[in-house]
Parts: sequence; C-alpha cells; structure tokens
Amino acid sequence: MLDQPLIKIVLLVAIVVITLMLNRSTAGSRHQAVRRLLLVGFVLLAAAAVLFPRLLTQVAQALGVGRGADLLLYGLTVFFLGYVASSYRRMRQVEQQVTTLARELALRQAVHDRREHGDGPAG
Amino acid sequence: MSGMTLSPRHDDAWLVIPLFNEATVIERVVRDAREVFPHVVCVDDASQDGSAELAEAAGAVVVRHPFNLGQGAALQTGMRYALEATDAAYLVTFDADGQHQVQDAEAMVCRAKEEDLAVVFGSRFLDDRTRPGWVKKIVLKAAVWLTNQQTGMRLTDAHNGLRVIRRDAASALDLRQNRMAHATEIVLQLGRTGLPWAEHPVHVLYTDYSRRKGQSLINSVNILVDTLLK
Repeated sequence: MLDQPLIKIVLLVAIVVITLMLNRSTAGSRHQAVRRLLLVGFVLLAAAAVLFPRLLTQVAQALGVGRGADLLLYGLTVFFLGYVASSYRRMRQVEQQVTTLARELALRQAVHDRREHGDGPAG
Repeated sequence: MSGMTLSPRHDDAWLVIPLFNEATVIERVVRDAREVFPHVVCVDDASQDGSAELAEAAGAVVVRHPFNLGQGAALQTGMRYALEATDAAYLVTFDADGQHQVQDAEAMVCRAKEEDLAVVFGSRFLDDRTRPGWVKKIVLKAAVWLTNQQTGMRLTDAHNGLRVIRRDAASALDLRQNRMAHATEIVLQLGRTGLPWAEHPVHVLYTDYSRRKGQSLINSVNILVDTLLK
C-alpha cells in the first residue's frame, strides 16, 4: 500500500477530478479553453517524451515509479478515463437536444392532426 | 366525443399514458380508463406493434415520438401536450400495461380536489393489497430509500407510475431523464415546488403480462447509474 506513494496520490487525485468533471454544469467557453490547453500540454509532453526518453524515466523515478513506460501507461489510463467522462457528458447533451427536437415535432404533429380532422376531445 | 357516456366529474383531468409496445392490452386499458376519465393522451414511443392505432381506436389522443426516447421522455411529452393543447386542471400519469386501477386514479383525483393538493403520489406500500415478490420488494424499498435521500421527501413508494399532478405543479416539471430514472427526478422536481402533496394507497396488479413486460431487476442497475450521474 505504501510504496510509490507519490504516484498513487497523483493518480487518485486525477481520478477524483475526472469524476467531478462528470457532474459539472454545462461546458462553457472557459471549459473548452481549459480542454484545449490540456491538449497542447499533452502534445508537448508527448514530443518531449519522444525526444528525451531519459526525461520520462527521470520524471517517473521522481514520482516514485520505476520506469518511464509505467508512467506512460498510468498517464494514458487517466487520460482515457477523462475522455470517457467528457464524451459521456457530450452525449448526454446531444441526447437532450434530440429529445427536445423530437418532442416538438411530435407535439406539433398531434396538435395539427386534431385541428385537421377535428375528432377527439376538444381541449 | 360522440357516443361516449361522459362522467362530467372528471372532465377536467387528463390521463397521460406513456406507450411502448403494449398492443395486447392498451385498447382495454384505454377503454376502461375512459369510462371514468374521458380524456386520455397516449404518447407512443415508437411502438412497432401497432399500439398507437389501437390506442387511437379506443379513443385516446395519440402523440407519436418519431423514434424511441424512453418512458421519462414520453411522460414529459404527454404532460406538455396536456398543458399546452388542453385546459386540463389535473394530469394523471398512468401505466399502459394495465397494472393500475382506474378506481385508484379516480380516488386520487377526488382527494386532490377535496384536500386542495397539488400532487398525489400512488403508493403500493401503504396497505397490503399489492404483493410483489420479495426480491422486487427489496429493490423497490432500496429505490424508496435512495429517492428519499436524494429528494429530502418522505415517501413510502418511489417508482410508482400512478400520480395525480395539478396543472401548476405539472408546469414546473422539466424531466431530463429520458429513461426510467425519471421516477426519482419527478419526485425531486415536484418536491421543490413546495406545493402540498400526499400519498394515497393504490393497488398495483402484478399479472403475468405486467411481470413479463415490467422492469427487469437488472435494469435497476441502469436506473441507479442514471440517477447518480445526472
């Protein structure tokens, strides 16, 4: 339990942050900007890891993880969780929009049908 | 509405029935209901077995979703219809599978009028008429506990589809849970209106048909997740 404490804390914090993201209110422009900055950071880190493989291992050791490859795997796991969280949120939003659209369509059709044919109980 | 015997007492209430593939029973359910409640709106959630036509033949107004959206979405559509296209004073949410009793709905509307209540929730646990299996009972009780935790209300039954909602309370509803988790959401939103409410004992009839069509227990996992991740 108590070996590699630093990386465990980092990973657990990341997981908690992602879980919180799931429950956050609608994504505004600020949210989008943060996401883009994170993406830029991710690209820079990836490039650095490719250019200086030693660096990755050094960072990994500083965090208490043995190899750079392990750190990469941990990072990827957290990143993937974040991706799942944000795509879930976006899917919910789209679902909501589709529902609203379908509902308006259904209601208009129903009201129209009743006016047209004049049957059914009058409101 | 020609040729129908109207019961003028409940002319001001509209039955809202979410409908999805209930061709075997829907015609009877609507006909029986219309003996007491002449106004019925069925929201057909893209049934593939001709349920919509049968409901229409039985005298219900049918609002058709272009594709399947879920029971919560159908309920919201039906309430929108009753609020915007009619002058209904009371909305009664009612299940399509025939497990609710029209007499219970009638008694609940009367109670809402007499006691000036905005919401009357049906509860199958206020008396011992309803006999769910013990597994179902445990799941339902857990749902009740969770709903009470989340909403701060004290209900004895959570996922009961029979409710009477007065127009002012119904106007405050905006259900965003398309699937089954709307049952908790509806309690939450009605509770927030601060309007007077009560629970009323109802009999939920578990026939072989409703058992086969009803919520499978495994689906309560989905309801739980939908409820927790808004």
